[in-house]
Amino acid sequence: MIRLDAISKAFGEKLVLDKVSAEIPRGKIFTIIGPSGQGKTTLLRLINLLDTPTRGMIYFDGKSLHEQSQDVTALRRRMGMVFQTPIAFKDTVFANIAVGLRYRGIARDEIEKRVYQKLDEIGLSGYENRKAGTLSGGEMQRVSLARVMVTEPDLLLLDEPTANLDPLSTSKIEELIRYYNRKQGTTVIMSSHDLFQGQRMADMIAVMMGGRFIQTDETVKVFSEPCSADVARFIGIQNVLSGHVTGREDGMMRVDLGGVTVLAMNTLPDDRVIVAIRPEDITLYNEPDGKMSARNVISGTITGIRPYGIISHVMVACGQIVLAVQVTWQAVRDMSLTPGQEVILSFKAPSVHVMPDDESSSGQF
Amino acid sequence: MDNLISAIGTAFNLLSTFDPEVIEITTRTLEITFTSVLICTIVALPLGTLINFSTFRGKKTLISLIQTLYALPTVIVGLVCYMLLSRTGPLGFLGFLFTPSGMIFGQTILVIPIMTGLTIAALQGINPTITDTIRSLGANRLQFLLSHLREARYVIMAAVVIGFSRAISEVGAAIMIGGNIKGHTRVLTTAISLQTSMGNFELSLALGIILLGIALIINIMMGYLQQR
Repeated sequence: MIRLDAISKAFGEKLVLDKVSAEIPRGKIFTIIGPSGQGKTTLLRLINLLDTPTRGMIYFDGKSLHEQSQDVTALRRRMGMVFQTPIAFKDTVFANIAVGLRYRGIARDEIEKRVYQKLDEIGLSGYENRKAGTLSGGEMQRVSLARVMVTEPDLLLLDEPTANLDPLSTSKIEELIRYYNRKQGTTVIMSSHDLFQGQRMADMIAVMMGGRFIQTDETVKVFSEPCSADVARFIGIQNVLSGHVTGREDGMMRVDLGGVTVLAMNTLPDDRVIVAIRPEDITLYNEPDGKMSARNVISGTITGIRPYGIISHVMVACGQIVLAVQVTWQAVRDMSLTPGQEVILSFKAPSVHVMPDDESSSGQF
Repeated sequence: MDNLISAIGTAFNLLSTFDPEVIEITTRTLEITFTSVLICTIVALPLGTLINFSTFRGKKTLISLIQTLYALPTVIVGLVCYMLLSRTGPLGFLGFLFTPSGMIFGQTILVIPIMTGLTIAALQGINPTITDTIRSLGANRLQFLLSHLREARYVIMAAVVIGFSRAISEVGAAIMIGGNIKGHTRVLTTAISLQTSMGNFELSLALGIILLGIALIINIMMGYLQQR
């Protein structure tokens, strides 16, 4: 449906997008996640023909978008974009949703039929004569979505559509996006700095950092197999450590993380590697337990406890490294965990995710 | 103070008795002002839109120049128009000097910069995301311009009111081009000027109150339109 072929965009001296390539299949939700200010908005604007790439090509159903001969208006009418800031025309809710249809010269009774249907879908029936300026941010963003979807676009572009909204409005917008993706088969490209939103919504995720897609994969793969230390940290893995391989046997490798050796299930040929272990994959014991079956058992000292709602992260120093371990708030109390206490950590070899130590990727930011 | 109070009384008296001369002057004032504001709107709206959405060298300078012309002295406009419209002037063939048409001509010159400048300001004040939304929704060139004008309509209405106020209250151009000829080119401001020079302060004030009353009605009407 959409193919990005080495897209670069510079504003003056500043390179905002650096050879971004991807293939977005029809009917899928493709989410670009990454910290703010990394080029996500710029990329969406290029696809919507609101800007022109400095280099590279964007293909929409095989046709190059930014060629001189293309009818820009006709192409734009096959897409729709919802912007980050909820915004409405100084007009009624009805007029706001009808704008795109009026541009397309649709007959008045057809406009009326379609707008009322959209009002119903977004849960704002009866709001048609309200001034759009009096709506809340969440309602206004739903109107923005309806304004685009009423034109039945093949491609829906969403630039951080919930960045300025409360959690309830966010889930309503997400629900609507999924609804339109399923019901109308609309291909969706959305950007988000919220990785959980990416996880909830996307069929495919592209992680964008420093103007590049540093990993483009199926959603589950990005979360289970981050390709670099930066991606691992961005998707919320706290324990990201560098080490070197000291031995290999039967599809396993031993990695020295600085005084502590862990066993990982991996056959990567590199000597220098990055290791990521999720805090929730580590089990914490007060003392050695006979039931421990995991391949990795190490001892350490608690240096601190950070509460996050009903769970806590216990920071444990093992040799020269500190690992975060996720335990419930209840367990912290039951095991009477306190800083300075000696504990045993255990985790399975498959929980240790190994990546090549790409100096350039971690040195970039 | 007494003068002012009795002037208000005189104003009501003149209006309630349908004083023929006052009615005639007021009607002419409205005809001339409405016509010039209409011409200004027809010229300034597209002109301001064109300037705002075009990119060319010296755009900023042009906008500064237009804004400077807000302060154009009415007497200077009157003088220049007089020279242009006089029988030996380049536009003398129009026969506009000492006619209501000439006064409309002068007021138009006076008000066009204000309405053009305020149209540009109104369009510049539109949120860039609105501009993106209009383009993104697939507007063609004409729809793009009309949608922007629609979005800026309240500020543009205010610009029309300001243009109207400037036109109805100016005296310099009206007197120099029109000549304050009784029954022909006399308008409210030139009548006030004449009565003041003759020492009829009360009548002058009464005419001033009528003029302000018209401005008030126009403002209330615009306010109603804006609230709709």
